[in-house]
Amino acid sequence: MNQCLQDIADFGLRSIGIGELTLSGIELTLCRQMTLIASGLIWNIYFGVFALAVGFWMATGLALAKSSRNPALRRPAEWFIFLFRGSPLFIQFFIAYQAFVLLPREGVEVFGVIVQTSWLTRAWAGALIVLILNTAAYSAEIFHGALRNVPKGDLEAADAYGLSGWPRFRRIVWPTMLRLAWPAYTNEAIFLFHATTLVFFSGFPVFRQQGDALYFASFIADRTYNPFVAYPIVAGYFILLTLALITLFGVVNRRLNRHLPGAAQRLRYRPNIIR
Amino acid sequence: MFASCSNPAVLDGLPWLMCYLTSGKHLLFYASFGTVLLLLAITAPLALLLGFGGALAARSRIRPLRWFGKVYTAMVRGVPDIIFFLFVPIAMDQSLEWLRSRVYCDPSVPVRQGNEFVVCALAKLPRADAAGWVHQGYGFALAVVAFAIVFGAFAANVLSGAMAAVPRAQLETAEAYGMSDRQINRRILIPQMWTYALPGLSNLWMILIKATPLLFLLGVEDIVYWARDLGGTKTSTYAYPHPDWRLWYFLVILAFYLMMTWVSQRVIDRVAGRLSHGQATLAGEAMRRVAVP
Repeated sequence: MNQCLQDIADFGLRSIGIGELTLSGIELTLCRQMTLIASGLIWNIYFGVFALAVGFWMATGLALAKSSRNPALRRPAEWFIFLFRGSPLFIQFFIAYQAFVLLPREGVEVFGVIVQTSWLTRAWAGALIVLILNTAAYSAEIFHGALRNVPKGDLEAADAYGLSGWPRFRRIVWPTMLRLAWPAYTNEAIFLFHATTLVFFSGFPVFRQQGDALYFASFIADRTYNPFVAYPIVAGYFILLTLALITLFGVVNRRLNRHLPGAAQRLRYRPNIIR
Repeated sequence: MFASCSNPAVLDGLPWLMCYLTSGKHLLFYASFGTVLLLLAITAPLALLLGFGGALAARSRIRPLRWFGKVYTAMVRGVPDIIFFLFVPIAMDQSLEWLRSRVYCDPSVPVRQGNEFVVCALAKLPRADAAGWVHQGYGFALAVVAFAIVFGAFAANVLSGAMAAVPRAQLETAEAYGMSDRQINRRILIPQMWTYALPGLSNLWMILIKATPLLFLLGVEDIVYWARDLGGTKTSTYAYPHPDWRLWYFLVILAFYLMMTWVSQRVIDRVAGRLSHGQATLAGEAMRRVAVP
């Protein structure tokens, strides 16, 4: 037991480079396997949280652009969404990495200022950018669908109250859109967290064995020739993560629906297995 | 391939590019697009079949069978599919080798020796002396099984949802006509569920297309493998030296996938139109209105 606590202290933050650094000679006990994989989960959460946080705002803009009557706004949004929804995330990672590698090492000069570019080839930045763009495209499609389903009566009521432009959007259209889109968006969030496991299996190299949960799981499975322990551990962690996400998004859903009769009941999350 | 390509060093410009793009490895690269299509062609029906079985099992009256169906359909919800893609092939491989080792090897020698998984040479799969294509084929078969299991679970989810969506009244009418459970399944439930299953299944097809690059992770020589191999920097020791061109190869693959999804979407829209014909749904009603002014 004490040994295990010591292992957690040693390896708990291994994925971000704190603690015991060499993994080559150590014995991989069950406790160490669980600790290492859990520490890898930090990366999955990092990618997921930041991609969702930025992608959400981008998606709102893209959905509005796609609903716009002006083709100069609509066309680029449609193309962006098609590009990212129509191609595999795996290939997007590869392309992004190759493109970032091609940038000059000494940096790019923008308006007389030298901008460093080497950090783009590292997973924490490069892969995060790809994930942001990817989730923005998928969420924009969801928001676009919701935007088309905003009840006409709500808009007429807004007109009757003299709301127009930004206040109408901010107070009527946007909350309703979010309310309608929320179950599907919950699903998208779950898939995004699942997609973060791809980062270190695509173009982006792992820096000093600081990888995500699946990286450590596959590392352990390769080392011990035993897939029957490490992979179920990482699967278990992801089930817990998924449940936590559903709870969190359920709270938001209740808040979005709080004005509706019967909103006190819990979100009936109908798990959609498909993105 | 062409006689004029025998000495690429003297070529320049367009002829060089022509020869480059028809070199032996490039032909393998083009053939690997076939590998991807083959995987799709084998996996899609297999997954549909598994999904069908899973969905029927989840509705079964026999309790263990129903539990099995429910667990199978729920399996993919919380866990990223790539974990299954990494887990299933190696788990299958070890299980098969373990089974064979019980038959062919000395049973007193343990298979797990510390951190090693050891079976005798006879039980190896494929055997070490097997031809190269056997190894490739075995890897591909494991990949197909992994894809079929994961996408079968997805399909089971979609199909059980679709079966639940068939209006109760239709099934009750069939019962009133004196049809047996089997007849109801075959004559009413299954033909009627497709229109409800189509949106889910078409989504699934799109996801299946977009999951095919994961073949690369399973060690199959697919388009991603060749793109990395061919695109990497080639020094002057190679017949066709060039700098790092991987970006261009990946852009070709990107175009391939975009085309696949675009064509699929067109086909799906057509099939959806055909299936909603005469259905008591919004889409069917809209079609009826157009037909009867």
